[in-house]
Amino acid sequence: MDIGKSIGLEYGAATRDAFGEALEKLGHENQNIVVVDGDVSDSTRTQAFRETFPERFFNVGIAESNLVGVASGLAASGKQALASSFAVFLLCNAYDQIRMSIAYPHLDVKLVGSHSGISLGEDGASQMAIEDLALAASLPNFTVLVPADEQAAAWATRAMFEHEGPVYLRTGRPDAPKVYSSDTRFEIGKAVRVRDGDDVTIIACGLMVAAALEAAQHLSNKGIEARVLDMHAVKPLDQIAVIKAANETGAIVTAEEHTITGGLGAAVAQVVVKEHPVPVGFVAIMDTYAESGDPNDLFKKYGLSPEHIIHEVESVIDKKA
Amino acid sequence: MPQTTDLNRHSIGELQRISHKLSQQIIEITTKAGSGHPSSSLSMIDILTGLYFSGVMNYDPKRPDWPERDRFILSKGHGAPGLYVTLAEAGYFDPALLSTLRETDSPIEGHPNMRVLPGVEASTGSLGQGLSIGLGHALAARVDGRHYRVYVLIGDGESDEGQIWEATMAAAKYQVDNLTLILDYNKFQQTGPVEEVMPALTPPGDKWRAFGWYTHEIDGHDMNKVVSSLEMMKSVVNQPQIIIANTKKGKGLSPFEANDTNRLHGKALSEDQAKTAIAELDAMYAKLEGA
Repeated sequence: MDIGKSIGLEYGAATRDAFGEALEKLGHENQNIVVVDGDVSDSTRTQAFRETFPERFFNVGIAESNLVGVASGLAASGKQALASSFAVFLLCNAYDQIRMSIAYPHLDVKLVGSHSGISLGEDGASQMAIEDLALAASLPNFTVLVPADEQAAAWATRAMFEHEGPVYLRTGRPDAPKVYSSDTRFEIGKAVRVRDGDDVTIIACGLMVAAALEAAQHLSNKGIEARVLDMHAVKPLDQIAVIKAANETGAIVTAEEHTITGGLGAAVAQVVVKEHPVPVGFVAIMDTYAESGDPNDLFKKYGLSPEHIIHEVESVIDKKA
Repeated sequence: MPQTTDLNRHSIGELQRISHKLSQQIIEITTKAGSGHPSSSLSMIDILTGLYFSGVMNYDPKRPDWPERDRFILSKGHGAPGLYVTLAEAGYFDPALLSTLRETDSPIEGHPNMRVLPGVEASTGSLGQGLSIGLGHALAARVDGRHYRVYVLIGDGESDEGQIWEATMAAAKYQVDNLTLILDYNKFQQTGPVEEVMPALTPPGDKWRAFGWYTHEIDGHDMNKVVSSLEMMKSVVNQPQIIIANTKKGKGLSPFEANDTNRLHGKALSEDQAKTAIAELDAMYAKLEGA
């Protein structure tokens, strides 16, 4: 992909790769971790864990409902269970199982969904999760993490095992532009300010953090200084950072690789409307499914390019009081 | 290692007495609540009695989280009243709580909630999920080098769910011989006989055998058979096992059996019907005692 290239961002590994590497590393430190796979470990990158710890790895076949249930039972017997598949199959296929067997009993299961968003590209809409954040966030007890780059993905992998309770971690397929330097650590529920600015705040997650940085750089050339927040935890949302952004910059644009309904933008808007009303704009996939194609083309076609963020920023600034 | 097996080792006659008491409680608490699934609870109550009070299972009601305990998962969560009376009898909580079934603030909820009631191993009520959870427990025993056993009870109607067969396949793949599935084969689901709603599920034994399971079919109301088959499953090696327990919804009681189209699925008996049913239960038990 070419997000961030115009401002010189370097590319690192895909978030799924960084997750897989971090998981294998954690497997040495934490003997209590077990992994359940729906026969896609080579794609989700739990493969490294499988090879190193075969006795703690279970491939239950292409059967997501059972995948989630088995993880639930392992967790109920005291294991830290991770269940992984393509985000769309995990969340959409096994939603009731996630609800009943994990969220409701508040079990310590980590769900990792790969191949999220339209950056999946050529495989097309059937494989692209664009509803997963809304689904996971609507489950009581769930924490929802969307790492922006390889560092954030490695951090999030560790953080979710340190956090007790159900977590959904979203990873993606393409190599991701680097937002963070090495050894990054941050806190679940605390947004990271990756760029300062007082004219507007762009609140983004996942790949859209790099897109927001790119947009902010171009806006700066036009004399608009945008603050950029990496809202790596869509839930619990950092409400304080959102209120501060509303108060200090007077306008907000959210950016997510997700449908406009029920994701980051909706969560931010809810806080802004209640606590400190200011104009809010949304960069997201409108109420539509995407198609097969080159990820860069899809980002342009479905409204996720840095140009779309710039346009949305200019529009909310016009509405500022 | 503390085990309560001996405390809960009862003779067949005593087990029948316990089942009689629990059956009566099922009717009483659902009638008081005015809702619930007494018929689905009654069809499995001899099995639960055999499991919890014959010495088959290791458990300690004072330590519901004891890691070495055997687990029982009620996958057909609407059978909750049957589970509750069993757990109360086993000593997990004060039996006085039973009369609060389905009331606000009571842990005796409409369907089992593992977070509020000790002894409940899984939150169920959405059908088809308990076997997967049981498989997870069985695999955890393997990872941790523990020797507990896992018992899962499913309904025959519940077996319409595809997840049952996903879990059936996976359990066979992992050769979990510490997993015993019990099919409460009462032949009815919500709108009619299982063989009409989903004919391909019968006969069930063939299906599980085809997936590589050890299968054994019994009369699920014959306490001798219930106990001996549960004991027998412990000697099966490298195979998950299923006991197909032929049962009757409402267990021979006229208010239920008069409704042979299953109209009483998911309905409590009226006070008059409950009186009739309890009188019939008493007569059935007296007959057992006399035999």
